[in-house]
Amino acid sequence: MGRVQVSDWEEFPRMENDFSDSQLIHHFRGILVAVTKGDRENYDELVGYLHPKRNLNPDEIAILLTTLKALSGAASYIDSVHHEALLFAVSRMSLWNYGTDVMDALLELIISLAASNGKYLDWCLEMLVKHFVPPYYLLDSLKQENIIDRKTKVLSRVHAALKEIADLVPLAPLRLSPIVVQKMPSVFSKEPEIVMYADNMLRLESGAIGEIVGSTMLPALVDRLLELDVEIGWDGILQEDGKCIFEMELEDFTEFGDDENCDSMPPSELLNRKKLQGNMVVDKLDSLIVLTFLHLESCQSSGRLVEVFDVLLASFQKTVLNAYKSKFTQFVMFYACALDPERCGVKFAMVLTDMFCRDVNSPITRMSAVAYLASYLSRAKFLSAALVTSILQSLVDWCYAYCKSHNFDMNPRAHQVFYSGCQAIMYILCFRLRSLMDIPRLKLQLLNMPMEAIWKHKLSPLKVCLPTVVVEFLRQAKAAQFFMTSETFVFNDVLESDFSKAFGGMDRLDMFFPFDPCLLKKSESYIRPHFVRWSKVKTTYDEGDDDNDEISDSGSDASDDDFVDRNAKDMIDDDMMVTVEDLDFTPDLNKMSITPKSSLKYGFETRLDQCTLMPARIRPSTSPESL
Amino acid sequence: MEGLKVAKANLKVYIHPSKSNQVSQAVLRELSSLLFTFSEILDGVVLAYDVNSLDTCAKILPGVRPYFGVKLKVNLLLFSPKPDTLLEGKVVKLTQESIHVVVLGFSSAIIAEKDIREEFVCKTKRGQDVYASKTNKRHVIKVGTMIRFLVKSFDDEILHVYGSLIPEHTGSIYWLDKSLEVVSHNDRIEKKRKNEGEQIMLQQHAVNGELSTLDTVQKRKNSKKLKHQKHNEES
Repeated sequence: MGRVQVSDWEEFPRMENDFSDSQLIHHFRGILVAVTKGDRENYDELVGYLHPKRNLNPDEIAILLTTLKALSGAASYIDSVHHEALLFAVSRMSLWNYGTDVMDALLELIISLAASNGKYLDWCLEMLVKHFVPPYYLLDSLKQENIIDRKTKVLSRVHAALKEIADLVPLAPLRLSPIVVQKMPSVFSKEPEIVMYADNMLRLESGAIGEIVGSTMLPALVDRLLELDVEIGWDGILQEDGKCIFEMELEDFTEFGDDENCDSMPPSELLNRKKLQGNMVVDKLDSLIVLTFLHLESCQSSGRLVEVFDVLLASFQKTVLNAYKSKFTQFVMFYACALDPERCGVKFAMVLTDMFCRDVNSPITRMSAVAYLASYLSRAKFLSAALVTSILQSLVDWCYAYCKSHNFDMNPRAHQVFYSGCQAIMYILCFRLRSLMDIPRLKLQLLNMPMEAIWKHKLSPLKVCLPTVVVEFLRQAKAAQFFMTSETFVFNDVLESDFSKAFGGMDRLDMFFPFDPCLLKKSESYIRPHFVRWSKVKTTYDEGDDDNDEISDSGSDASDDDFVDRNAKDMIDDDMMVTVEDLDFTPDLNKMSITPKSSLKYGFETRLDQCTLMPARIRPSTSPESL
Repeated sequence: MEGLKVAKANLKVYIHPSKSNQVSQAVLRELSSLLFTFSEILDGVVLAYDVNSLDTCAKILPGVRPYFGVKLKVNLLLFSPKPDTLLEGKVVKLTQESIHVVVLGFSSAIIAEKDIREEFVCKTKRGQDVYASKTNKRHVIKVGTMIRFLVKSFDDEILHVYGSLIPEHTGSIYWLDKSLEVVSHNDRIEKKRKNEGEQIMLQQHAVNGELSTLDTVQKRKNSKKLKHQKHNEES
């Protein structure tokens, strides 16, 4: 094989007419074959052209282009043993460093290699996946216009190439999935890097080969979210204080911060959020969750949210549900449910109920499921009262059946699933009782549930469950005239003697409420319109003047986001979202204010110091081993 | 097309104790894991399975986790292309250097230029590369054509087939079948002549009284066919 003189190379761009493509390809084949016979001279020169250099001049670009094109013609002659140097040189090339001509030529070579020999398939896929993120030196300048332009060019080509490979090698997507997951940046990588990579994963999910790779991409992303989630320690956010779950969120609403975004949240939550600020992991997690939210939105608009939700649900059941007190990742599920309440929202609740009720699941899974269920039903603004009632019914039925079959004395450890079920019922009712009582049909259903028998059972759930929940529940139940026998409240003594608190230190049930307010700044703004805050819950014992109610009735359609610009009084008047959905009020129940009493009791200043001590929305249990 | 076979397999699936209440689901999941992977034991790629019978008794393995083995009989559809067998597939890409084919919608195959017989020449027709035969103008291979090719080798990890278009009986299936029809038509004419000869023979046998009932039926059928053919030819 004759050696191509350097002068010949330089003339290639001008010699296209003289040198046909096929001649060139034949020449390259010759060079590649010669290597197997020991003649490496031309080959080494060829490899030399492929080594990445900075600032190529037009001639060099032309040579590179010709070399790549000819190589893709001779792809089936490339041998992984003899042409290792060539493959290595190609693997070091990055699309991000070249113009579109070279990009196209390089991708053509990669595609030809992938299709010509099964051995190179993984190598080619890895090579393409590597381009999901730019080289390190470009990471910081990603916001510049020319870099954004280049990003679009590179990524659209990479995804098109993946599609083309999938067309030529139909099983390629199956091999792509593990590669994408494996090459995913670690939790310690820079924020732009991991966000961009995740963006590409989601693009694959919604792309042409999404049908095959989609079922891997989302779970992998959720797993990474979870990894980031657990990187954020509890200590940063929370202080253990079982004192009060509800009061925490009630802390004074009348004070407004300067930051508009933060107006809507209680000061203690702000404090928590400030604690999280500046935490790199938190920022990464926040951005990734927002990215996932946006993806879910696009799925909804393209009408495939239900399929995506099924994938998410499966991954939720597998990982998130059993992760020890995941803090933020679960909001992906919450948002997906919020986007399609009728299908996804209902399905989520049903699946969780089913997981709780089925004996085959482990106690830990069942307890987690019911904790998620309770928190979800309480916090999701988009769920209908009828659904909540029907799920309450099944929970009560299950607990009642358990009581009947277990005639034992109180034993928190042995009957933890039962107690967690009871706590869930109470927690849901703390949030929903008032709104359910407003609908006569549901009120009747509630009154017919055998709850009293459960609370009175020898297992004494009221003494074991979290005191805060029990106290709040009994308070509301009393106000709603539940459990009344001849005009006295059955559980009066429990309330008065503060019985349950005495058990506070005893193997108390887990205080895990997964959908407590999200502390991530960006994600929270997506969640907010769909989220019920305790401060806005209308309780049965809220008494108020009629004026407030009239205002709230009339203004009830307004989103609770609007209150930012109003004064505190109006804002509180509008805190009706829970009951507002069911406008079927009975007049006497309407004569109640939604103003949280405790918030009036304590001023912001007086509570501020305490807030720092007990700012928890999400609280770890004193007895983690109970989970 | 060759390379496909049905195998009856007696399998034993070991199932995790946690799946003891949903055995058939666990069995199917385990069988599904075989799909689209090459199994050396079965000597082929499992494309489909059909459980024939499931043994109701299972043997429990002693150990920390008492897995239990369920015996079952399964019919498996296997894809095992052996060298020198004929496969059929659809051309998805065609360049001067190679023809890329997808077989049965999942296995990719490549036929390199050196493995395409010289009869074929790569031409560009209306901006599209095609391989056209020099001897038969109508024999053309382009993107979308179903072709029959010979297996050179098979990479069982990626399920990648290296094929060849060297033998005469390979190429576009459409054309091959057409030409086969022509050949069979010629054959038929020859057969017809032969049959006529045979008939005379049979008649001679009949004269000798040796014609069996089976032969009579055969004869009737033949004569019917002949009539039919004649009728077709006339029309």
